[in-house]
Amino acid sequence: MAFLDKHKAIETHATLLMVLSLLVVSIGGLVQIVPLFYLENTIEKVDGMRPYTPLELAGRDIYIREGCYGCHSQMIRPMRDEVERYGHYSLAAESMYDHPFQWGSKRTGPDLARVGGRYSDEWHQDHFANAKSVVPESVMPPYGFLAQNVIDGEYIADTLAAHRMVGVPYTEDMVAAGQGDFAAQADPNADTAGLLERYGEKVNVRNFDGQPELTEMDALIAYIQVLGTMVDFSTFTPDASR
Amino acid sequence: MCAKKVTPAKPGEVPTTGHQWDGIEEYDNPMPRWWVWVFYATIVWGIGYSIAYPAWPMITGATPGVLGWSTRAEVATEIKRFDDANAPIKAKLVETDLTAISSDPELMSFAENAGAAVFRTNCAQCHGSGAAGVEGKGYPNLLDDDWLWGGDIENIHLTIAHGIRNTTDPDARYSEMPKFGVDGLLEPQQISEVVEYVLKLSGQEHDAALATPGQTVFVENCAACHLENGAGDPALGAPRLSDAIWLYGGSRDAITYTVVNARFGVMPNWNARLTEDEIRAVALYVHSRGGGQ
Repeated sequence: MAFLDKHKAIETHATLLMVLSLLVVSIGGLVQIVPLFYLENTIEKVDGMRPYTPLELAGRDIYIREGCYGCHSQMIRPMRDEVERYGHYSLAAESMYDHPFQWGSKRTGPDLARVGGRYSDEWHQDHFANAKSVVPESVMPPYGFLAQNVIDGEYIADTLAAHRMVGVPYTEDMVAAGQGDFAAQADPNADTAGLLERYGEKVNVRNFDGQPELTEMDALIAYIQVLGTMVDFSTFTPDASR
Repeated sequence: MCAKKVTPAKPGEVPTTGHQWDGIEEYDNPMPRWWVWVFYATIVWGIGYSIAYPAWPMITGATPGVLGWSTRAEVATEIKRFDDANAPIKAKLVETDLTAISSDPELMSFAENAGAAVFRTNCAQCHGSGAAGVEGKGYPNLLDDDWLWGGDIENIHLTIAHGIRNTTDPDARYSEMPKFGVDGLLEPQQISEVVEYVLKLSGQEHDAALATPGQTVFVENCAACHLENGAGDPALGAPRLSDAIWLYGGSRDAITYTVVNARFGVMPNWNARLTEDEIRAVALYVHSRGGGQ
């Protein structure tokens, strides 16, 4: 074939080879990625999804900082055994406010996509402090130090603003009230009217770590306890064609 | 340079590619036939696959594929297959009176096995994989006959369905022990007295000189829930104090901590997460562990 002989021109010209390789490879990327931006059914609309509260968002940052994703996934796959064990399979919409998403790819521990509300706060306190004390078979390392790290959410408003920049619909009001909401969620005696108005009545408000101080343990448990609880699956009908 | 004129091969001789590097030449052998055909076959397969299965992105969605396959439909079919197979016995489990199930061996066998699976998935984290709880940490042992909220099948079923002291189910079991020390309801002296009395109640070593006034403190402050003899009241979730089974530890220090700070054990409600037949199955499983009344 004559046109194959022309290949020599490409093979003997490093820059041309590089530019053309890049072009060919990017076709594969474009075909896979670009449709996700315009296809309307990429993220189906579900009721109940809301941005994380400031305290939950801080907990999420701790989750990422401690590398929890290394052993825990947050992605229930559409398979019968997973649905039986963890609950309804995960929907794209459920991680639409996650930047970056925490789907993970390895399960040394169980999936956490729907762990919210499954165990009590006290259990999480015991379990974070020393997982073996409640689950003798566990190989999870202890995270008791989280209960000693007092936090005040000094920069939480900036974190909210950063998330807003990448598309999370935090309002001006939410960002301005960030630090106040941060403290209010872990204090059962605080005035939480504003917090509930901004993030919905379902927000968990309680002293998550059982100590008077607001610690990283509060934030992490607040985050864990909201995972997978936003969408009400009793009213959700999956689009079977997806 | 590397290229040289390709010398025409003599009959029966393989030609070279025409390249030469430091005197090394390369034969221009054809690819093995089988390899070439497998390569073409994968291309044909790829085209066929993208016709049969969801593949090409269009304007509003991807091509659905002629087989109409979808992940969600597959998992729904799979779940339905198991649900259909279990539907008759699950219906029977839900309809039969809780107390009558144990007299039906087939139903009971199903309930125990299904309940064991539910237990391992949802309950073992707190109550232990063998249902023995975690002593001294507030996770009750389910193997013994000491029940906080009642150990008959109906009470176990109610506890599992609605949970204890959670904020998610308005029908959750609820009671709250006062923080006698933190809220200043008792003087420190009274607390050490009543702790000695509780130690006496449970037959442990105690300081008799303190336990005697401690009895008065106990009768005035604790007996309303724990009863005068310390037998506890399952209707209020008040633990029995006169035995050797302790939820948060029975040492002097542990009891003092409990009196000063009170305890507030929480169990989630499972009616939102499990179906009625699953709740019944796991209730029967727990009831049959040995301590059921």
